[in-house]
Amino acid sequence: MDIIFTQISEYLQQGDDEKVFKLTKNAIKLNLNPKDILDNGLIAGMNIIGEQFRKHEIFLPDVLMAAKAMYAGLDQLKPLLASKGISGLGKVVIGTVQGDLHDIGKNLVGIMLKGAGFDVIDLGKDVSAEKFVETAKRENAKLIGMSALLTTTMQTMKKVTELLKKENSEIKTIIGGAPVSKEFANEIGANAYAYDVANAVECVKNLISGVK
Amino acid sequence: MRPKVKFLTDELIKKIINEAIEILCKLGVEINNQNVLSLLSDNGARIEKSRVYFTKDIIKQALKTVPNSFKLYDVNGNETNDFSEDNVHFTPGSAALHVLDYQTKEIRNPSTRDYINYVKVVTQLNNIASQSTALIPNDVHEKISDSYRLYLSLLYCEKPVITGTFTIESFEIMKDFQLVVRGNEKNLKDKPLTVFSCCPTSPLKWSDVTSQNVLDCARYSIPVEFIAMPLSGFIAPVTLTGSLIQHTAETLSGIVISQLANPGTPMLYGGSPAIFDIRYETTPMGAVETMMIDCAYNEIGKYMGFPTQAYISLSDAKQLDAQAGLESGMGATLSALSGINNISGPGMLDFESCISLEKLVMDNEICGMNLRMIEGIEPKEDFPALPIFEELLKENHLLISKHTRKYLKKEHYFPGEVINRANRPRWIAEGKTTLEERAHTEVEKLIQNYEPSSLSDEVKNDLIKLMEKEAKKYGQDKLPIRKP
Repeated sequence: MDIIFTQISEYLQQGDDEKVFKLTKNAIKLNLNPKDILDNGLIAGMNIIGEQFRKHEIFLPDVLMAAKAMYAGLDQLKPLLASKGISGLGKVVIGTVQGDLHDIGKNLVGIMLKGAGFDVIDLGKDVSAEKFVETAKRENAKLIGMSALLTTTMQTMKKVTELLKKENSEIKTIIGGAPVSKEFANEIGANAYAYDVANAVECVKNLISGVK
Repeated sequence: MRPKVKFLTDELIKKIINEAIEILCKLGVEINNQNVLSLLSDNGARIEKSRVYFTKDIIKQALKTVPNSFKLYDVNGNETNDFSEDNVHFTPGSAALHVLDYQTKEIRNPSTRDYINYVKVVTQLNNIASQSTALIPNDVHEKISDSYRLYLSLLYCEKPVITGTFTIESFEIMKDFQLVVRGNEKNLKDKPLTVFSCCPTSPLKWSDVTSQNVLDCARYSIPVEFIAMPLSGFIAPVTLTGSLIQHTAETLSGIVISQLANPGTPMLYGGSPAIFDIRYETTPMGAVETMMIDCAYNEIGKYMGFPTQAYISLSDAKQLDAQAGLESGMGATLSALSGINNISGPGMLDFESCISLEKLVMDNEICGMNLRMIEGIEPKEDFPALPIFEELLKENHLLISKHTRKYLKKEHYFPGEVINRANRPRWIAEGKTTLEERAHTEVEKLIQNYEPSSLSDEVKNDLIKLMEKEAKKYGQDKLPIRKP
């Protein structure tokens, strides 16, 4: 039955959402373990895509197509996984910080994180520090990802890390966007800084596996 | 629309050509080769000692038989270069005496190993259509240093070769190599494998060797490129127009020899003119005036209906620095916009006397960008525009739009790792590499990934035998590296 996982992975890499949808449906019909379909089919394919993207062997559209194909499978698996009490790699809350309406970069990170197997709660743009923290706590998220383009809005990031620190929270933080840097992340006590989409996924993976 | 650069009006071109013809008929050209003198004399030119006074008739007659285009084919007979209209092909600069050593940063003499590394790299550079015999290994007998380059090139790389001989004798073996690859004279004529550079000597002279080369190439219909080298302000008038008149006269004299010897011999209207920098007594290939002369004589050649060539897109810098980039980039852009058919230069530094593999790899990207540029801006499912903008407003991005996926790789040229487009943090995270370091990594990768030419072992062995026999003639019993 491994062949069907391989096929799912391969069609996912080709960005063929219709094939991935059908194959996942078949796999469910065959009573295969949803967790195996997820891990050995969908996520296995996305991991290859992520690695190729990191090495510049493929481009962003290829990744996004693969992610779209991933959702075609994942959406069918989600109810099954939930009924068995199996969660994905973990929940993450992302958003563009208060005062900032630039969300293209954040959206890309969201798509990629979903593709990598995370449950992504996207709060959109102009998100306050309080909303980030409240949502993360309520949803039992493991990480908050914040994006900014304007230098004036960077302080919201600091506020989030301060709120979390005050509450001794284990929720990790990662920041990105043109005005921020590794140094700024250190300065405000964020756990990581990512310089692009692929790097963001890599950092989130590292941070969350550290949590486990 | 194909973007274009023009320097000359048709009216000026006509005046330049007429003046050049006047010079050929009234002042003549000194030709130091008896065969060529007899040929021209038989066709009605007046000869006084070694000076040939052309007639308007033979010039007119010769111009009529020049093919307006021709193609080159790789060792397997596949078409690689179409020298017609404004098609642009890049080829490395040729015959460097030195190589820039990446490790030591020294300019030194090249060896067989350097040549093989060069060929391994050029094989894999997609924006460089042909190879050239780009450097002169100094670990073989001087008398075979020209044929040995062609031998190594044909052994290791499938691309056609821009080359030339240093002596009259070498032509024989360099022709024989090609016959071995193609099988017979007819096949070689039908599918040219090389272009031989033939250089008049400025002002208005042909040496014994180079004019004989023109005759020999014509005999086998081997394409030639005429490389006149007037130096503005030194052995040519200081004005660019004056230099163009001289370049035209010298090139026309070559065309007449070639076409009278064998009408229809393929030819590139080429050159390597330069201004003369009186401050340093040098011939800067990176000077803007040099590039202007190149682009302008290309217009003259095209006006007469000929395919063209130029030594442009190279640099006078001594290392891979900003000067190397700016001169090569500017030259490549101007020549591509001019529609010069065979652009010789990539890889070259130090007035075309030094090759750097790192520069060759960088120049390959310059070529790629320019090849993209001359495709111009063409609408592709852009009208009506509303549907794509509706999609954009709905999806907030077009990253995975069908339109994007269909046209991304056609509309955007993606350079290799040499050109760094990462954001600064990523560039830092990936080692803060300099262009030179990235180029070197690429060179090493290409040498590592090289796959042997698919030319049959039988042909390769025949080439080896021919070369060994030739080397023995000059007392060299063993070649530096016998087998690929």
